[in-house]
Amino acid sequence: MQHKAEEHRKTRSVRDMEIGEQGVISSLEDPEMGLKLLEMGCIPGTEVKLNSRAPLGDPITIIVNNYTLSLRLDEAETILLKQ
Amino acid sequence: MTVATQPEIRPAKQGTARPAEVKIALIGNPNSGKTSLFNQLTGLNQKVGNFPGVTVDKKSGYSQLTPSIRAEIIDLPGSYSLYPKSMDERVITDLLYDTRARHFPDLVVVTADASNLKRNLLLFTQLADLQIPVVLALNMVDVAEQEGVKIDVEALQRELGVPVIPMNARRGSGMAALKIVVTQQLNATEKSFFTVPADLQPLLESIKTRFGLSNDYLALQYAHLYRSLKFLQEEDVAWLSEQLEKAGFKSNARQAEETIARYTRINELLLDAVRVEKADKDEKFSNRLDQILTHKVFGYLIFFGILFLIFQAIFAWASYPMDLIDASIAALNTLIQENFEGPLINLLTEGVIAGLGGVLIFIPQIAILFAFIAILEETGYMARVTFMMDKVMRKFGLNGKSVVPLISGVACAVPAVMSARTIENWKDRMITIFVTPLMSCSARIPVYTVLIALVVPETYYFGFMNLQGLVLMGLYLIGFVAAILSALLLKVILKARERSYFIMEFPTYKMPRWKNVGLTIVEKVKAFVFEAGKVIVAVSIILWVLASYGPGDSFERAEQQALAEARAEGLTEEQTENRIASHQLESSYAGVIGHVIEPVIKPLGYDWKIGIALLTSFAAREVFVGTMSTIYSIGEEENVTTIKEKLMSEKDANGDPFFTPARSFSLMIFYLFAMQCVSTLAIVRRETKSWTWPAAQLLYMSGLAYVMAFITYQLFR
Repeated sequence: MQHKAEEHRKTRSVRDMEIGEQGVISSLEDPEMGLKLLEMGCIPGTEVKLNSRAPLGDPITIIVNNYTLSLRLDEAETILLKQ
Repeated sequence: MTVATQPEIRPAKQGTARPAEVKIALIGNPNSGKTSLFNQLTGLNQKVGNFPGVTVDKKSGYSQLTPSIRAEIIDLPGSYSLYPKSMDERVITDLLYDTRARHFPDLVVVTADASNLKRNLLLFTQLADLQIPVVLALNMVDVAEQEGVKIDVEALQRELGVPVIPMNARRGSGMAALKIVVTQQLNATEKSFFTVPADLQPLLESIKTRFGLSNDYLALQYAHLYRSLKFLQEEDVAWLSEQLEKAGFKSNARQAEETIARYTRINELLLDAVRVEKADKDEKFSNRLDQILTHKVFGYLIFFGILFLIFQAIFAWASYPMDLIDASIAALNTLIQENFEGPLINLLTEGVIAGLGGVLIFIPQIAILFAFIAILEETGYMARVTFMMDKVMRKFGLNGKSVVPLISGVACAVPAVMSARTIENWKDRMITIFVTPLMSCSARIPVYTVLIALVVPETYYFGFMNLQGLVLMGLYLIGFVAAILSALLLKVILKARERSYFIMEFPTYKMPRWKNVGLTIVEKVKAFVFEAGKVIVAVSIILWVLASYGPGDSFERAEQQALAEARAEGLTEEQTENRIASHQLESSYAGVIGHVIEPVIKPLGYDWKIGIALLTSFAAREVFVGTMSTIYSIGEEENVTTIKEKLMSEKDANGDPFFTPARSFSLMIFYLFAMQCVSTLAIVRRETKSWTWPAAQLLYMSGLAYVMAFITYQLFR
């Protein structure tokens, strides 16, 4: 119960999305990985959609700027979403 | 799609024609069609060389732009920005920031995928701000149009200030326009896409003064990248480091700021130039295909099915052209030997032609294998393999991207180790390089093939499953398991230097471009014939000498002893000949070496003849076959029986066949594990920039080979 409440308080990230769900990037948590993500077009304010998961659940693919990007859950966790 | 757009390029800037030879660099995002464009421009006029002082391959070629103007086209590694994230991408900055370098291009052609223009333009704007003359090759315009992305080329050209050539590099449309445009005297765009923050001006001014630069953005690049720029002197690096410290320069934050600013600018300029009409755009074809190809069950089934197909192909299908080559070489040798005589003829047939045969015979297998690998990459399926395997591979300290080197390692460890360069993470990359040579490469195929043919019957199950093919597949599996277990070991031992990423574009499925597939095959076969081939032929000749001459008068004594034995045993003339030859071989230099190492390899079931083969195989594994055929053909009345027959007729001391299953399997296992490839060791040294890695590989793999072969021999005996 406590764990769940904690998760609610924490900002949602791309990791928490459902397949097909859309969201808007609010910020990138990790400065170093953020650079790579920024270059790939994950700019704050951009729409992002969770497209698919690998058969073992990780990595995932997202659609951003009208193309498909694959990344690991750990990386997806650093892309925070607008509430 | 409109191609005829460019008649009026900067009329003011004409005047002098370009020099007769120009240097053009090709640059672009991965999957933007850069390779296709390169192949369209250069065709078969390609060569792979080295950038001076760097380990990255320099792929270049020549293109006749007009009857009088020839261009050297340099293909740069795919990249998303000028801030390198991998060793590969560093070549770009090394090339473009050192204006005095020999390879500094006159012009850069940026390829951009029209259906993904926003991200593709990031790199373009960076290059434009460096004020290098740039042409934008707007690739796959027709595909973008089908997807509802309409690009106003005129408007885009106005916004960017450089020539924009709409094209489809796969089909070759737009090539004529591109060739014309790049022959013009082009200047850098006057547009600026990013204004360097004012508070950095003082710092950049001092960098510009020190290095004699005129461009603000180039000075900023020095500030970001000074640690990785090869052409900077030590004192320059120290000076920059001190200046940046003083100015409180934060590279990461500044890069992030810049990237966001650039995307904002790109969004603005695309407002007019690009119209997205998403009329009833149903789910993309690629996504639907992915639901099957990356499915929990079918995804893996299909992947393993493809792997199985590859194994069957390189084993079963390739045997027809191989038999043909084998027979031709044998026929040629017979022809020569029937018509000429003398020691030089022996050198030619038993040394040179036999060695050449040993090279040529593997071309079908290499061609088939690289055809498969090229198709998997061309179609975009390789990315799915990486995607499906990443989680598993990560557990073993590898990376989803390690699948490509590991699979390529099945063909040859040399290009495979080089392909590991796409792995950005140091630790993942080192582990991948270390374990890749454990994958059974094509050089082991001849060893496997000969030995399997000797001891495994050619039985078919269900009409298509060949028992020999299954054994071969088993050997590949053992190699793979050894590779991942070794990776696991290294994962524990090695300390990470940087973090591991898996952020990559998921390309859409495409039909393979057969021209690209063909060129890949040509490139690989050429590399094999000219690189490995040299070693194989050279070793064949050395071996022939070693086996044909002995220390002092040992040959004469061997002959006398054989004759004495023959008289005592009452042998026929032919048997006497064979006895002499056999004794002479034993007393030759090769025999001496073989005898010296025999005690060491005896526990594995090997004799001194195999000892010679093991030794020579350290140059390259495939030499095994050449060595065996040379060793057994010398002293035989019949010189040109096939290798298989030669080995089959070999008897041990009791007159039983020498190549028993135990011996053959022990040999296969030895070759599976042992690091017997000078080229691989050299490439690992080059890639890791240290002798530690190749030395560790040599010791580890050879030790493993000895132990495993010992176990195998004792088990099957």
